[in-house]
Amino acid sequence: MIGLEHYLVVAAVLFVTGLFGIFLNRKNVIIILMSIELILLAVNINLVSFSVHLQDLVGQVFAMFVLTVAAAEAAIGLAILVCFFRNRKSISVDDVSLLKG
Amino acid sequence: MLFTLIFYFFSLLVIGSGLMVVFSRNPVHAVLWLILAFLSAAGLFVIQGAEFIAMLLIIVYVGAVAVLFLFVVMMLDVDFATLKAGMARYIPLGLLIGAVFVMILGIELSEWNSSGIAPDLRQAIEPDNVQNTEALGNVIYTEYVFLFQIAGLILLVAMIGAIVLTHRKREGVKKQDVVSQMYRDSAKSVSLEDVPSGKGLS
Repeated sequence: MIGLEHYLVVAAVLFVTGLFGIFLNRKNVIIILMSIELILLAVNINLVSFSVHLQDLVGQVFAMFVLTVAAAEAAIGLAILVCFFRNRKSISVDDVSLLKG
Repeated sequence: MLFTLIFYFFSLLVIGSGLMVVFSRNPVHAVLWLILAFLSAAGLFVIQGAEFIAMLLIIVYVGAVAVLFLFVVMMLDVDFATLKAGMARYIPLGLLIGAVFVMILGIELSEWNSSGIAPDLRQAIEPDNVQNTEALGNVIYTEYVFLFQIAGLILLVAMIGAIVLTHRKREGVKKQDVVSQMYRDSAKSVSLEDVPSGKGLS
């Protein structure tokens, strides 16, 4: 029988995959954004699993807001990326040093 | 038994496509794998009985976010081969941090325990014989209506921000100027010329 733990394991593996992706593709901002989407998906799986396990709907409401914020974050991130590419003709993270931080 | 099979099918699919997102050389392929990951996660949600979130995942992620990624990947003229060049250097560090997180999450997963008062702390108990979508709707538009409005506001801000960031004024493009059209009158645009016979206007 499939229980809560099975879903938690899937979410944990997906989370670590996303984290690994951020470190692996340190130069490509697009893949980093996609890895962040994977991490947020893992969070959503956790929220929905606990919501179903406890029979409490608040988890699913929260998953909806995570979805909203993820969509907004992707839109803003890609807009910044397009803006940056127009100025520098590159999307490499190493080139983002205009502020010399 | 059938549920077990479907669960393993979808979970292997979501993990495999997640790994392919990270490892694929072509970003377009990465976006397509991301779509597959979202679809299989939606399958996982369906077998858990959270149909509304599953459909939302398909509509919002596959229909909007993934297509947005695909647009940007195809629109930008980037040489992705050079971006991949130093990838092998980061594998040890990534594996190390991944291993640390796997260990932390493994310890959590083997040791965690549900609190005894957890059932009493539930805020919105799922009612019996009411469908998932209807039950969610009953909660969202009553108890969580302000959070719902704030979510709409976040999307509005994101939309305005994305438009402001990517909008640019381009030189040499003919555009309609409504104000100058409205202020145009016959005194400025029409002139009467007295054309002499046999000479014409120069």
